[in-house]
Amino acid sequence: MPIKKIFGTETEYGVTVSGPGDVSPVLVASMLVGQYGQAELRRVKWDFQEENPLRDARGFEAARNREAAEEEGALVNLVLTNGARYYVDHAHPEFSTPETTNPRDCVLWDKAGEAILASSIQRTHEVLPPGARVHVYKNNSDGKGNSYGTHENYLVDRGVPFARLAASLLPFFVTRQVFCGAGKVGSEEAGVDDVTFQLSQRADFMEAEVGLETTLKRPIVNTRDEPHADPERFRRLHVICGDANLCEVASFLKIGTAGLLLMLIEDEVLDVDSFTLASAVESYKVVSRDLSLAQTIELANGRHVTALDLQWEFLDTVKGYLKTGRASEAVEDSEWPEEVVSRWEYVLTALEADASTLARELDWVAKRDLLEAYRDARGLEWDDSRLQLIDLQYHDVDPERGLYNKLVADGRIERLVSPEEVERAMISPPTDTRAYFRGMCLARYASSLVAASWDALIFDLDGQTLKRVPMLEPFRGTAAHVKDLLDAHPDPLGLVNALQG
Amino acid sequence: MSQERQQKQKKKAPPPTEEGGATSPEAQKKGRRLKEDMDRLLDEIDSVLEENAEEFIKNYVQKGGE
Repeated sequence: MPIKKIFGTETEYGVTVSGPGDVSPVLVASMLVGQYGQAELRRVKWDFQEENPLRDARGFEAARNREAAEEEGALVNLVLTNGARYYVDHAHPEFSTPETTNPRDCVLWDKAGEAILASSIQRTHEVLPPGARVHVYKNNSDGKGNSYGTHENYLVDRGVPFARLAASLLPFFVTRQVFCGAGKVGSEEAGVDDVTFQLSQRADFMEAEVGLETTLKRPIVNTRDEPHADPERFRRLHVICGDANLCEVASFLKIGTAGLLLMLIEDEVLDVDSFTLASAVESYKVVSRDLSLAQTIELANGRHVTALDLQWEFLDTVKGYLKTGRASEAVEDSEWPEEVVSRWEYVLTALEADASTLARELDWVAKRDLLEAYRDARGLEWDDSRLQLIDLQYHDVDPERGLYNKLVADGRIERLVSPEEVERAMISPPTDTRAYFRGMCLARYASSLVAASWDALIFDLDGQTLKRVPMLEPFRGTAAHVKDLLDAHPDPLGLVNALQG
Repeated sequence: MSQERQQKQKKKAPPPTEEGGATSPEAQKKGRRLKEDMDRLLDEIDSVLEENAEEFIKNYVQKGGE
C-alpha cells in the first residue's frame, strides 16, 4: 500500500544587479536573504547534524570533504515563520518550501517564495547605491550554458528498491515536459544550433540517467539520500530535472502527477518494463525540442511512441489504480488525486488538439505565444536579443517588470491560489505537517533558538544547556498535535519541559 | 491499439471553432478586439523590457549552485 505523501520544492533564483556599483552575485544573494530576515531570525543557525548531500540512495557515500560542503552552505541562512528555509546556495538565493501534504499547498508556498523574493528586492534596494537595480529570475539557465535548479521533494516508502523507483520515473520525467516545461529560446547544448524554441529549460543539461551529481553530468534521476525523516521508514525522493514553473496549473500538475505515480510505484502496480525507454537522455532532448508533440521516441521493447502516448498510458494506469481504492488510506479524505487526474486529462486532450489553447495554464505555451506575437508585430528573427530578453524577463519575480506577472495582471493566466492566500503563506506555516511546529516556534521563541533544520530545533533555554527537539516524523507537530501545547506555554522552557515530560 | 486508448480517441474534442464561421461580423469584431488587446500588451511589454537588450543579455551570467 502507498504511504501518505509530503511535497516540497527548492528553488534557486538567478540574480543580477544593473546600474552603478560592482555588486557580485554572491553578495547580492546574501543581501537579498539578509535584508529579508529580522535580526531575531538571522541569528538562528541551520543545524547540519542530519545533513549529508553525499549519501547515495544506491547505498554508498561519495568521497568528498563533508565539512567543506557544510561551510559552503552556511553563508546566510534563515528559517522563516512559515516553516520555509531561505538561504544562499553558492551564488543563488534559494527558497525551500515548508513540508506540505498536497500539491495545491505546495504550489501556494512555492508562490509565497516568489513573493518573498520580490519583497527582498525592495529591501535590498534601500541599501544599494541609488540607481542600482536587483533582478531576480525564477528560471533555470542564463542562456550561456550555466544552469541552476528547481528541485522537487517527495516522501517515499523506504521499502521501495531505488532501482525500481528510478526505472519507473525515467520515462515519466522524460515525457512530462509536454505540460511542465517552462519553455526556452534556443539551445545551450554544444553543437546544437537548429533549435529556435524548446519546451524545457533543463533538457540541454541532462547528461545521465541516474546519479548523485547535481552540477556536473546532471542525471535525470538524482540519487541523493537525505530523508530528513526516520531513515528506516522514509526516503525523500529528490528530483532535479524539472523546470521552475510560474504557471500555477503547470506547477500543480508537475507535483501532483509525480505524487500519484509514486503511489503506484510504492504499490508495485506499475509495469516498469512496458515504459522503459531505449535512451532516456536522448529522448529527453527529443521531446523538449519537438513543438509539434508528434515525434516518436523508442522504447526498449522496440515500440515507438510519442510523449503524449506515454503520458496517456500513465494517466490511464493512475485512473485505474485510484478506482481500486488502495490509495484511499494514504490520501485520507483529500480530493487532490481526483483534481490532478481531471486537470491532467484536460491538458493532455488539449495538447493533442491544439497546444495554443493552453496559454492560460502552461508556461511553455504562454511564453511561446508571447514570443510569437512579439516577433510577428516587431518583425524579428529568432536570434534577436529582444526575444532572449523576453524569455528571461518572463521569469522576473518583480510584479511590475516580470512578463509572466504582466500576463497575470492582464487576466491571461489561470490562478489556483489567491493573492491573499499567498500573503498569508509568506508568514504562516502549513498546519498539517511538522512545518507548523517549526514555523510557530520561530514566530514565538526565536530568541531562544540557536539552530533549526528540517528535522530538529535546538533551544538555548538558560544560556548554558542546549536542548535538541527532534522532529523525525513529518506528520507530527501539526496544529492538531501541538497548538494547545504552544498556547499553554508562552515561555520556551515550559514548552520543552512539556514536550519531554 | 488498446481499448482504453480507442475510447480516449473518441473523447478527444475537435479544435474549438467560432459559431457561425470566421467571417461573421461578430467574429471579425472579436478578432479585431483580440488584436487590439495584444497590441496594447506588447506596447506595455516594450515599456518594461530592460533597455539595451543585447548588453543586458550579454551581462547575465550565473555560476554555481545546486
